[in-house]
Amino acid sequence: MNLAARQSWPFLLILVAGVIAPFLFPTYSNEIAVLWLMIVFASTWDILGGQMGYNSLGNIFFFGAGMYICAVVQIGLYYNVGMYTSGARTTHIVFTNAQYFTGLALGTVVAGIASAALAVVAGWIVLALRGPYFAIGTLGIAIAAAELVSSWEWVGAASGISMPVFPYGPEPQKLFFYFLLFALAFVLLVFLKWLYSTNFGLALNAIRDDEEKAEAMGLHTRRYKRTAWAISAAFLGVAGAIFGNMTGFIEPRDIAFPTTTFNLFMVVMVLLGGKGTLWGPVIGAVIFHTIKEVTWTYFLGWQFIALGALIVVTIVYFQQGVAGWLMEKYPRLFAPRPAARRGAAPALGGALTPHPEGAE
Amino acid sequence: MSGAIIALDNVTKSYGGVIANRAVSLTVERGGITGLIGPNGSGKTTLFNSIVGYHPIDSGSIRFDGQEISALSVQKIARLGLLRTFQTTRIYGKMSCMQNMLISIPHRKARLADMFAHERADVVERAEQLLAFVGLYEKRELRSGSLSFGQQKLLEFAMALMNEPTVLLLDEPTAGINPTLINGLLDRLKRANTEFGITLFIIEHNMRVIMNTAEKIYCMAHGELLAAGEPGEIQRDQRVIDAYLGAT
Repeated sequence: MNLAARQSWPFLLILVAGVIAPFLFPTYSNEIAVLWLMIVFASTWDILGGQMGYNSLGNIFFFGAGMYICAVVQIGLYYNVGMYTSGARTTHIVFTNAQYFTGLALGTVVAGIASAALAVVAGWIVLALRGPYFAIGTLGIAIAAAELVSSWEWVGAASGISMPVFPYGPEPQKLFFYFLLFALAFVLLVFLKWLYSTNFGLALNAIRDDEEKAEAMGLHTRRYKRTAWAISAAFLGVAGAIFGNMTGFIEPRDIAFPTTTFNLFMVVMVLLGGKGTLWGPVIGAVIFHTIKEVTWTYFLGWQFIALGALIVVTIVYFQQGVAGWLMEKYPRLFAPRPAARRGAAPALGGALTPHPEGAE
Repeated sequence: MSGAIIALDNVTKSYGGVIANRAVSLTVERGGITGLIGPNGSGKTTLFNSIVGYHPIDSGSIRFDGQEISALSVQKIARLGLLRTFQTTRIYGKMSCMQNMLISIPHRKARLADMFAHERADVVERAEQLLAFVGLYEKRELRSGSLSFGQQKLLEFAMALMNEPTVLLLDEPTAGINPTLINGLLDRLKRANTEFGITLFIIEHNMRVIMNTAEKIYCMAHGELLAAGEPGEIQRDQRVIDAYLGAT
């Protein structure tokens, strides 16, 4: 197999699996849709956490922000948001097909862009922090956002918002949102594959390995850090917009800004699968989501204990994750990047030759 | 081309009550090799840190190519073409040697679109040539963190050359390097100077190295400039000898 074929078969596999899965397992299509969401969570977290070495505990902020921004756009296009979300409202509001889909499309796009903008603004402050301070700073943003929205009457406060209803009934709705989440995850993976092959990937890795050195070499570190977080936030914002419409009801603490569930799952999935790799977060998300669904189904009541045990075991004994372990065990399977030319050492301008004594 | 490329005028830097640099004035000649020596704790690295913008100075002026740089950030100074290497070698340990080189391209030319560019063939070729220059070509795909300390130092030097600096500040380039390899490194330093035209400013404890490399040497002690001159003069200077033997 040549290089292009070897690198594209995982994408083909995912494309085929993603398209046939909801027809093969129709009863599980919601669970599989959430799996694509988990892959988006893990892969976007890894942009900073794995590739750049900045462990964010607040990425869920962009998910929730996207969800709410989309809802406000969807409703605000045709109705008064304060009236729509009011608890005293007695009129039944129905969106026409055209209203529903224009609102959803516009809301999703605005959610992505606005979340990216929020990341740039938040990054202005917290990306100056390093290590555990960055983690706590970002966690603070997510918690503050949940509290803020919980007391903001205009967007329904703690009682949330009932989203516009999908016009074609529950079964088509399932499929529709399944394919939106699948498309998002697929586009994200293709995008990251490309992104990590450019200078951007190298710059993120350089910041991870030694940010001070990168600064001393003149790298535009702040520019890279902000852009990386904005990319991550844009995908999370779109994911939030889609997920909010998929569930049909959004509220701040458990659905939009769930700091102790989805927010932590992002980190655990990446650690489990392998930090700083393209496929590690995907592998981690698949394993984690499967274990989670199985424990939820068969060991209800014990699920958080099982998850806790998984987290402890991963962090204590298996920090490199599945992908890291595979790379250690079978290094030959992983082609070096960038592709190197074979042959004799090149000389500088012909006149210079490498020293015979070499390095050591 | 001649004249001063770096000019320090009365640079003072203190940490709390400790004065690390007191009214230091010196110049680094364009295109030459200048040395900076002095006993441990005499303020050499502090002076380097001040020049590259690592910390603000208390008073004085630092000019690079005629431009005042004492208030600029590390990154801006680096992008002007004034680069430093670290006493404790610093490389990107989890990346391969080639990746270390490819991300060390001169960022002063970087436009926003370059963030998402693929490395050009001529850049890859240049990286390979420089790795060959320091004798690391065969190890180009290895994780740089797995190299020996001496090899990491050579890699850091190659990364600095990749950045095409005008001036390179080297903080103890031979420290920790196997003595049999020092000659090779010395030769490469000289060639970086003569063939690439890079002005070198070197902190060095190895007297044989610095006396054979530098055209002008400054000696510091207790945060102050003690003496300046050609290698021969410095070697005979009684104040320098006293400083090293602790007679002061």
